[in-house]
Amino acid sequence: MNAPIKTRSKARFEGYHAARWAEPVVMEMCCEGRRGAMFPPAGTDVRLPAGAMRKKAPQLPQMTEHDVLRHYLHLSQMTLGMMGVSLFGTCTMKYNPRIGEKVVAGKNLAEVHPLQHPDTLQGIMEIYANFSDILCELSGMDQFVFQAGGGADAAYTHACLTRAYHASRGELEQRDQIITTIQTHPCSPATANTAGFEVITLSLEENGYPSLEQLKSVVGPRTAALMVNNPDDMGIYNPDIKEWVRIVHEAGGLCFYDHANFNGVMTRLRARELGFDACMYMLHKTFGAPKGGGGPAVGAYGCSKELEPFLPSPLVKREGDRFVLDEDRPLSVGKIREFWGNAPQVVKAYAWALAMGAEGLREAADISVLANNYMDKRLGEVKGVTRSNPGIDAWRMEMTRHSLETVTRDTGCTVVDISNRMTDFGIDALWLSHEPWLVAEPFTPEAGELWSKEDIDYWIDVMEHVIHEAYADPDMVKTAPHKGAIHQLKGASLEDPERWATTWRAHRRKNLGV
Amino acid sequence: MLGLIVNPMAGLGGPAGLNGSDGADILARALARGARPGSVPRAIRAMRAFAGACPILTGPGSLGADAIADGATVEVVAMTVADDASDTRRLAEAMKGRVGLILFAGGDGTARDIAGVVGEEVPILGIPAGVKMHSAIFARNPESAGRGAAEFLKTDRARTQRAEVLDIDEAARREGRLSTSLYGVVRTPDAAQVLQGAKAGGGGGLGELDAALGIYVAGMEPDTLYLLGPGTTMAALKARLSGHEGSLLGVDVARGGEIVAANASERDLVALLEGAPRARIALSVVGGQGFLLGRGNQQISPRVLRKVGLKNIDVFCASEKLARLSPAVLSVDTGDSRLDAELAGYRPVMTGANKSQVVRIAA
Repeated sequence: MNAPIKTRSKARFEGYHAARWAEPVVMEMCCEGRRGAMFPPAGTDVRLPAGAMRKKAPQLPQMTEHDVLRHYLHLSQMTLGMMGVSLFGTCTMKYNPRIGEKVVAGKNLAEVHPLQHPDTLQGIMEIYANFSDILCELSGMDQFVFQAGGGADAAYTHACLTRAYHASRGELEQRDQIITTIQTHPCSPATANTAGFEVITLSLEENGYPSLEQLKSVVGPRTAALMVNNPDDMGIYNPDIKEWVRIVHEAGGLCFYDHANFNGVMTRLRARELGFDACMYMLHKTFGAPKGGGGPAVGAYGCSKELEPFLPSPLVKREGDRFVLDEDRPLSVGKIREFWGNAPQVVKAYAWALAMGAEGLREAADISVLANNYMDKRLGEVKGVTRSNPGIDAWRMEMTRHSLETVTRDTGCTVVDISNRMTDFGIDALWLSHEPWLVAEPFTPEAGELWSKEDIDYWIDVMEHVIHEAYADPDMVKTAPHKGAIHQLKGASLEDPERWATTWRAHRRKNLGV
Repeated sequence: MLGLIVNPMAGLGGPAGLNGSDGADILARALARGARPGSVPRAIRAMRAFAGACPILTGPGSLGADAIADGATVEVVAMTVADDASDTRRLAEAMKGRVGLILFAGGDGTARDIAGVVGEEVPILGIPAGVKMHSAIFARNPESAGRGAAEFLKTDRARTQRAEVLDIDEAARREGRLSTSLYGVVRTPDAAQVLQGAKAGGGGGLGELDAALGIYVAGMEPDTLYLLGPGTTMAALKARLSGHEGSLLGVDVARGGEIVAANASERDLVALLEGAPRARIALSVVGGQGFLLGRGNQQISPRVLRKVGLKNIDVFCASEKLARLSPAVLSVDTGDSRLDAELAGYRPVMTGANKSQVVRIAA
């Protein structure tokens, strides 16, 4: 090692090495006749239609239960991510309290089905209604719905509502444009396009956000909606936002606040008070529920009284001391996702919000801004690290976008090389930037309220150490990781339809030639 | 086989503050100011990273052979060294049909020389060693050039993309004017990680823009004359039309779905506009400095612009390319400052199907 890592981080750094197993694909571990469990033969009492019956046995791996367990344990040990310190910006990495898992695993939730009679679902409906109330208090909106399976799905909900709202007024033909900004998360323009709108994206200007003049140059009779986040991923809050909303409303458009970056402003502002008609929270980010591979997430979508008739169905409503499912809503956009969305996630997020309380949320917001500004200051002292919008002295909120352009120019080591090398110290991969990259060699750390000062210091110490290493011994950095579960990934096959394989059968056909 | 061309004089004028190294007198002045050639050491770094991945064809001495470490399989082209740009061109000529990729150490001027010889026949990749490197064919540093070349040659189905070779008029630049021109189109390895200034991430090529061009062509009005600007983006638009073959570097004119005039001059455009009830201009953004008008498309003169009407200009540019402009401002320099002032302001640029990005135009 060329530059000693700061003393306080030394012991931590020297202690790390990822598990590395030469683990084959499970299909390659078969041994004819091995079984985990023996089931009695089906016999003659088979109540399956003849057409649904298999003629041949399925090609399942034949293994003992012990082998299966050990195989997946090995794989889990080699999983990158969520194991070290993860300041994966824009994703707001939070601890997911175990008690939430315990609550949803209980039979009161795990054994109910949304098609049961509502009289037997009063408990979960009460949670939906109460949690909607909490989010309405935070946002100033009038009703929340939890159907969307993630942030992009909630943005899509808004695009669908926009369509239904203008159609109800006979203006949909005329209003075919949705306005967004280059720093708004790509799911807003993408879902607006999917819903059939033309998307107009505004560029950043000298203050770090688009000017009012730029907005005015495109707002008009064709404007259907504005979809923005604020602050953006560079950490700058657009102080003109109220005026933006006024301008769009004046032209007859709706305004949607993508609260992907809510963490730094929780309890500090309400979307409705800024004039927005609708907003979205990601329960798997901001509200302490787990994230997961594009599946078990929730985009909680809330809107004003005026837009409520257009919300997806069903809505959970209070009726006296009971709860009912309101499905008789002729103006509704229908279903965004099946049933009520991911109910277990809603319960976990509700539990988290209750545990935090209003004061806890405010404290978390303040800590996340404080932590980021602490990081921002320390990173500013690291050689080769520069900050986006360097000429703008506005405070950064809960994250800041930085650049390693100088390091890359001086050493040839890219931000991906640096990130790979940092994993050797138990740091999870860096979040770089959404595309297109406006900042060269970008990275965007976000500490949130979870990570301790020790973790944040360690993270910065490691980055500083790796940058020193890049200057002294660039090959060490470029050939990293050295202590990881696997070496560098070769991504070429992921872009080649003749090689990529998402199933065993495809792998055999394309790559093994069987 | 890899072809290696080193321009030993590349980059001399930069440190000497001479805005480039084109021309013998400039080189003499640079050497007099104490400049030392840096392209050979940079080529050495690239070849170290290439690590003898395959046999190499190169020129004698500082034209390439000096940069190759002992132990590599090398064939040196037998040639008389003239110590000027003709060395580069003759080496490129000798490599045609023999190498899978030409790796060169130099700048935009060197790229122009090679492009003039090989065109789109042989893919080329630049080791950054010049003063000006605006063409989209330079690796981000010598090591990534060497590694990128090795990677490219060892893959059977390695993909290439078209890239524009740009250069700045150095004489104009020394007088304080910026003037970029598009000199040609070459093929370069399709690897965003290798190329420099890949600020925008993602691959090169047309990407989403292709769909926007398709929609534009499908929506062309039959009685409207379309003036189509130069560049690879516009070439893709022209390729969707019938009639004359579209030009890469010129302004073409289309009507009723076919190209009725290729490589039109300003006078041609004015004449065609005389008989047209309506006209539109389609442009893309040329080069690193984000010029919309006045660079490489001077045929679209103030007279032409006024005839067509400033509201009838459609601009296409990939969002990755706009991201490289910081801030996202486009420039115009039509030669008529009143017209430039009228063009200034915010304008949507089409970036994909049903997608546009608003950028500011500065006069």
